[in-house]
Formats: sequence, C-alpha cells, structure tokens
Amino acid sequence: MNGFAAGTVKGPHIDFAAISPLIALGVGAVVVLLAGLMRSRLVRTGVVPGLTVLTLVTAIGLCVSQWDTNTAVIAGAMRIDDLTLALTVIFCAGAIAAVALAIGSAAAEDAGHGEFHALLLSSIMGMVVLAGATDLVALFIGFELLSIPLYVLCASELRRATSLESGLKYLIIGSVGSATLVYGLAFVYGATGATGYNAIASSLDASGFNHDVLLLTGVALVVTGLAFKASVAPFHQWTPDVYEGAPTPITAFMAVATKAAAFGVILRFFDVALISAFDTWAPILAVLAAITIVVGNVGALGQSSLKRLLAYSSVAQAGYLLAGVVVATKLGVAATVFYLAAYLLMNLAAFGVIVARERATDRGDDLSALNGLSTENPALAWAMTISMLALAGFPATVGFFGKIYLIDAAVDNGYAWLAVFIVLGSAMSLAYYLRVVAAIWAGSEDTRLQRTTPAGRPVMAGGAGELPAGGGAAAARGGGHPLALGVAVVCAAAIIFFGVYPQPLFDVAQDAGNALTSLLG
Amino acid sequence: MTIHLALLLLAPIAFAAIGAVAPPRAAAPLALAGTLVALAFAVALVLDFDHAQRGLQYVTDDDWIPALGIHFKLGVDGLNLWLVGLTALLFAVTAVWTLVRPQPRPRLWAFHMALAETAVLGAFLAQDLALFVFFFDLMLVPFLFLLLGWGGPDRRPATLKMMIYTLVGSLLMLAAAVATATLTAQASGGSITFVLADLAKVHLSPGTQRVIFAGFALAFLIKMPALLVHGWMPDAYRQMPMPAIAVFSAVLSKVAAYGFLRIALPLFPDATLDFQLVLMLLSVGGIIYGSAMAFTQTNLRLILGYSSLAQLAFITLGIFSLRPEGVQGSILQAVNHGLVVLPFFFIVLLASERAGGSEDIRDLGGLAFRGPVIATLALIVAFATLAIPGSANFAGEFFILLGAFKAYVVLACVAFTGVALASVYVLRAYIRTFHNRAGPRVAGGDLTWPDRFVLVPLVAAILAFGFYPQPALRDSEQAVGGNASAVLTGVRSVP
Repeated sequence: MNGFAAGTVKGPHIDFAAISPLIALGVGAVVVLLAGLMRSRLVRTGVVPGLTVLTLVTAIGLCVSQWDTNTAVIAGAMRIDDLTLALTVIFCAGAIAAVALAIGSAAAEDAGHGEFHALLLSSIMGMVVLAGATDLVALFIGFELLSIPLYVLCASELRRATSLESGLKYLIIGSVGSATLVYGLAFVYGATGATGYNAIASSLDASGFNHDVLLLTGVALVVTGLAFKASVAPFHQWTPDVYEGAPTPITAFMAVATKAAAFGVILRFFDVALISAFDTWAPILAVLAAITIVVGNVGALGQSSLKRLLAYSSVAQAGYLLAGVVVATKLGVAATVFYLAAYLLMNLAAFGVIVARERATDRGDDLSALNGLSTENPALAWAMTISMLALAGFPATVGFFGKIYLIDAAVDNGYAWLAVFIVLGSAMSLAYYLRVVAAIWAGSEDTRLQRTTPAGRPVMAGGAGELPAGGGAAAARGGGHPLALGVAVVCAAAIIFFGVYPQPLFDVAQDAGNALTSLLG
Repeated sequence: MTIHLALLLLAPIAFAAIGAVAPPRAAAPLALAGTLVALAFAVALVLDFDHAQRGLQYVTDDDWIPALGIHFKLGVDGLNLWLVGLTALLFAVTAVWTLVRPQPRPRLWAFHMALAETAVLGAFLAQDLALFVFFFDLMLVPFLFLLLGWGGPDRRPATLKMMIYTLVGSLLMLAAAVATATLTAQASGGSITFVLADLAKVHLSPGTQRVIFAGFALAFLIKMPALLVHGWMPDAYRQMPMPAIAVFSAVLSKVAAYGFLRIALPLFPDATLDFQLVLMLLSVGGIIYGSAMAFTQTNLRLILGYSSLAQLAFITLGIFSLRPEGVQGSILQAVNHGLVVLPFFFIVLLASERAGGSEDIRDLGGLAFRGPVIATLALIVAFATLAIPGSANFAGEFFILLGAFKAYVVLACVAFTGVALASVYVLRAYIRTFHNRAGPRVAGGDLTWPDRFVLVPLVAAILAFGFYPQPALRDSEQAVGGNASAVLTGVRSVP
C-alpha cells in the first residue's frame, strides 16, 4: 500500500510506530481466529491461548518501548500518550490473566477457542481506541468495539443458562447505554459544531457553557452512557447480574479492563474536551461519586456470591475512582491511574482464587467455597486474604497507597468532603471483605467442603451428564488449576511488593497524569 | 554508638519470616530469638541514650515515596524511649509465654506476633505522619488473624465488631493525615511533605485544625478504647486468645495515647486547647465508668478490660491537663500499665487453668492455699495495679492528678475517686480468686518452673521500676520540657 500511496495518491501520514500496539492487537486477533480453525486439538487448546498471550505481551512491549511519546494519530482522532499507553498495559495485563484463567474452562471450549480469544483481543482494541480517543467519532467506535465482543463473551458458556442470560442482559443494557451515549455525542456536536476534543474545548472557551441547554443535555446524556459502562450508580444495576452470570475469567476481565477503559475515556473527555466547564460538571460528578460509593458498599453487604460481592465492590471502587476525575488536576489523573493499576492487581488475585475454587469444589462462587481454605490450600488462602485487605485499604498493600493518593487528590482541590466519603465507604466495605477473610480463616469445621473427585464435573460447566466429552475432559484436566493459583499468587505478591515499595507505580501514574497538558499541576 | 532503628524494627519480622519456612518446632524458639534481638537493641538504646540532649536521636531518614513527600524517618526521644523498651520487653515475655504454652499452628502464630511487634515499634518510632498511619493501621492486621484463627467460639462477630470500630477510626485518621500534609503544603506554598518536624512548623487555621484533630482523636480513642467508643472491647477481650489480648491491652492501647503526644498536640495546638475540656470530661467519665464496670463484672478478662479502660482514661486525663506534670505522669503511667497488665493476664490464665478453664471469679477462690508463690506474685501485681504508694503507678497517677489539679480542680477531685475505686475492684478480683473458699473445680498446684520464666521477669521489672522510676521520669521530663515541648510550649504560645 505504501508504494501505491507514494506513486499516485498523496496519502495521509501514518505514524505506524505510535499505533503499533493497536496493529499488534488487530493482527493477533486475526491470526488467533485463523489458528482456531485448525483441526488439531493441541493447536486449539494450546497454541491459540499461547498466541493470544504472545500478542498481548507484544502489545505491552510496544507500549513500554514508546513510553513518553505524545502524538496525535489518525488525523487527530486519537492521542498516543502516557495515559493511553499506561491504560493499554493495564488492559493487556488484565487480558493475560483472563486467558490464563480461561484455560480449560467451559467458556473457551463452548465458544470455540479461536473465536473466544479473537473476541477478547478485539475488545482490547476497542479499549485502546477508547482510552486514546480525542474525537467523538473515535470515542464511539472504540466504545462499540469494546462492547460488542464482550456481549458475546459473557454468553460464551453456551450450555449454562445464567451465562446466556448474562450476555443478553448485558447486550440490552449496554445497547441502551450506547444509544444514550451516541445521542449525547450528537448533541455535543450540535452545540459546538466540532467532534475533535480540542475544537470542542476552544468552542467552549469562546462561548461558555452554562446556558446552552443543548450542550448541557448532550453532556448529561454522555455522562449517562459512560456511567453505564463504568458501573457508576444509579446506572450500575446490570453489574451484579452480569458479573455473576458471565464465565468467571470474563468477569475478571470486565472488572479490571472495562473499568479502566471507561475511566480512561471519562478522564480524557472531561479533562480535555470539557475542561473549561469544570465548574459545571465537577460538582455533579462529585455527587455521583458519593452516591456510587454508598450504593456499592451497601449493596455488597448482603451478598453471599463472591462474584456479586466483587461486582458491588467494583461499583464502590468506581465511586472512589470518580473522585480522581472530579478534581480535574494532574494529581487527580495520576491518582486514578494508580488506583486502576492497584485495582487490577487486587481484583485479579481475588478472581484467580474464585476460579481455582470453582474448579476444586462444587459450590461455584459461593462464599462457603472458601470455608477452611486456610488449611486446605494456604497459598490460595493468603492470596484471597491479601486481595481483600488491599481492597479494604489496609497498609502494606497497594490499596493503602491507592486510597492515600486519591484522598490527596481530592483534598488538594477542595473536595475534602468527598475524601470523607471515600473513607467512610472503605470502613463500610470492611464488613463484607472481612466476611470473606473470616470464611477463609475461621470457616466452621462442619461446613468444611468435600473435595470433588479429580474427575468430577463442576456444576459451573453445565450440570450433570449434559456435558459433551470434550468439555468434561477439559474440566477434569483443570482439577487443581495451577494457572489460576499462579495468577492469584503473582498478583498477591505484587500487591504486597507495591504496598511496601510503591515508587515505580507512582512514577508511571505521574507520567500518565502529565500527559494531559490541558490540566493544571 | 550508632544504633540502626530500622534493624530494631525488622528483627522480629525477619526471624519470624525464617521461622515461617523452618519446621514448625523451630517457630517458637526463632520468634523468641527475634524478640530477644529487639530487646537487646532496646536495652542498648536505653543505656546509650543521651539523656541530656534534646531532640531526636538515632535518626534514620530516607525517601520512601518522593511523589508524596513520604519519608522513612525513625527517631527516639524521651517521649518514646521507654515505650519502645516496654514494647520490646513485653513481646519478649509473650514469646516465652508461647514457648511454655505452645499454640496450635505455631509458625503462623509466631509470624503474626512478630508482625504485631514490628508494627507497634514502627508506630512508636515513626517520625513521619504517613509512616505512623501505616504502622498504626498495620497493627490491626495481625490481631485480625490472631482473633480469627485462635479466638473463642464467638470470634467471628467479635472480629467484625473490633475491625469495623477500629478501622473507622484508622481510616478517618488516614484522611486526616493526608489532609494535614496537603493543606500544610498549600498554606506554606512548599511541596508536600509528611515529616512531622516540617508539619509542626506551619499551623493550619483553627477551624481546619478542629476537623483534622477530631479525626485523629477518634482513631486514638477507639484504639484505647475510651468511653463511648469502647463498644468493641468486651467481645474482643472475651474472644481473643490470652497472649494476644495481653499484648493488645498492654501495648497497643499505649500507641493511641502516644499518638496524642506525638501527633495531635504538636500539630494542632489550637484544636487541642479547644478540645481540652471535652477530652478531660471524657477521661473522668471513663475513669468512673471503667472502675464501676470492673467492679460489677465477674469475668476476669472483662475486669481487666474495664480496668484498662479506666487506666487509659487516667493517661488521657494527664495528657490533656496540658501541664508538664500531667504529661510526664501519663508517659510514666503508660509504661506502668503495660508492665502490670500483661502479668495480670498471665495470672488469669494460671488461675483459670487451675479452675477447670473458667475465667469467672464465681468459680475461683482459694488458690492461695494451693499456690502460695502465684498468690504472692499476683499480690505484687495487684498492688501495683491499684497504685499503692511505693509503686511506680502511684508516682504516675500522682503526677497525672497533679497536672489535672492545676488545670481543673473539680475534675481532678472527681478523678481522685478513681484511685479509690481501683483498689476496690482490684482487691475484689484478688480476694475472689486467691482467698475465700476454694471453688468447686479448683485443683492443681503452684507455679511451675517454665511459668516462672514468664512471670518472674515482669514482677521483677515492676519492683525495679517501683523502687527506681527516676530514669523514666527524667527522660519524660526532658521530653516534655525539651524538644517535644512543642507539645506544651506550642499549646501555651497560643494566645
């Protein structure tokens, strides 16, 4: 194509280096999809996940190699800067964990390994576009590219009704969210006459914001659409149902990566395009953040399903993260990115344990699956405990510094009351995080689990007898599931490491914060 | 002599980490070795400390998190010297206790105890606000596990209650700490720092101080526990394993009292003055309430729990008299209370072992006939607890009341009744346990040899301190009059 362009048509300049992570992901998706068509079972169950991980590692490597670039690409539709790159690393890390957790799962088997992994990769492409979008059209394309594969992935455990239900629910609610979003984007375009963030920002600078009903309506609709995706209350109702029903590896991926992508776009949209209207939107988002913190933490209190519990916990964490957006400072962006990285580690450790327990017991993701874990499998017990304590913000975990950083950002720009909400929300969250810890370390002996036999079929894989031979073999092979254990232990170790020596994460977060030049120090 | 405080801090946890991978049999001896190393450091510290010099000594100061201006800064002065010594001594004794009375899952037990010691020492030594909060909150983690893993039958609700109570306080303190640093940086125009000495140079506006002070005060009061926020205490005291609750009561509550002196008074002098009367009233209420409750309880653990509440209220009273005598008495009394409450818990254990496992004084009695040595040692501990003249506790309470008397005569008069009430409940507990008719299931003999290693050193320390409390008094005087005089001169200088 290059030769053709040089010869006859003056093509646009394409910065291939800058968009190389995106290219890697796209190429990887196609290759994985094709490899999945092979007849050999080894290729489908072994090579396909291997290629997926290779793609993700390549993307991470390309991101790292481009650290500190800051350029607009694709005719100003996207910006590749440290914020985009940092978030891309988070997406890819989340996806690597999801691939590891999905090995041997019924989801990958039922949906077809190639399709499953290709969808995962294309969803990440959407996330990257979303995180870097500096144009309303690119924003929407990224949004849909992220969402559509996820609808399918949620329903990928074809033989389990709740998985299909979860996919359908997510599809319907996600579509409502997308429709609201695109409607709002149209309004914003109508009011400002521009789709580029910088053009919108300068139009706002010139004309002001407050009395333009069209623009206010548009922004309100955009907030609603994005709030759906980030599970910000009161648009969070889908979260527990979808998290519970979706295959656990996908739940883990959605919890960490989708959340990061949603916050990436929120950060950039508000802190770049709408920055001059800060006074108008910040109080509203602050109220939303406070509501989200309360709703998430109250909702989690009564849950006995671990996935539902983590879903509500993720709603609460969305509230904390929103505090970093509200303040609209570089410190706020840095704190948000730091917390997203911390959130990735904390949640993946927890989901790793849940997957391991789903395979080892017949209680699925129920809290009682953890009873007596401390004696049965100390490594898993410690991983889960560390994850829960980190989520609650205990010191010597990365969650402690995440909270300090967010509180710092909030107080620094006059939102001390929001910091108090963060703190009180964390205190409330202890009630349910500690229930998990108590089940692990003080689970009563009589409810101690019967281990399923090595050849046993977990309920999650579709119930007795209905499972095709292939799926049964896959489930049986995953009896101990060392990969889930590995994910949990690695993440838990990272939680402690960054809890004692958080400086590397702080450096990355600060770089990401500095990428948004529209903001004050 | 150079003493690296970081080594003192890390010795217990390092040994326990080795113990965690060693065979289970080696865990308890290794843990003891770790606490002994820490104790040796602490003794060297007390001996080598330059008592004439004002200000921090043996300072360790490294950047920890430059992005937030957080330093790894440790230091010793007269305020924390003896508390560090107390901590090292009590944890060493507890390690001996574990050695003579092995716990199930010894490796985990040793690890959590060591983590607790490191956290407590860290909180005492920290000279950086964020570092203090870090260690203060970290102290909770091992006790969460000790309670969950080794506690009584109703441990789950007790754990939840204790954790939620104390973490509400801790998290508010976290927010208050971050707010202090951020707002101080804004007020001074400099970059953000958490180092206490830097923070103390700039005082925030009185209104801000009040809000932030309230956050710190709540955290400290819950941890003590003080009246009104002690709801977690009865359950936790009943359910926690005996060595853990002994350490908790003896050492962790002191961190809270120390927090007032190290953090709240120097950084928020205006708010301290505003809240002085409130906290003194709360303290007097706590003295009366704790003493009355201790008198009515029949469970020995709860008697000790409520008596600790009253003793901690005394310490708070002394601190908030904002008089040098009162503060000095509080520091002395903090050490004293730690020294008596740990052996007291051990005696409760010995008594309950001889009464079929019951900790209720209605099932006890007559132990003095079977165990005269135990009874004698217990009598010494009991007399020290009720602050009989000649004990260091007497000196401590005397100074506290002197300070309170100078501040508010009426409050001091009411607080005096606490001294009398203490003798009532302590003697009641002693008589019902050791005298009277023997309880129905009382059996067993006198102090065994291994148990002496736990009890005798502590009783010796009580006696020594009773006869010769001057060193601690001198250092606390120096701290109050000297550097940490920020404590008082800062307060006084406010018009």
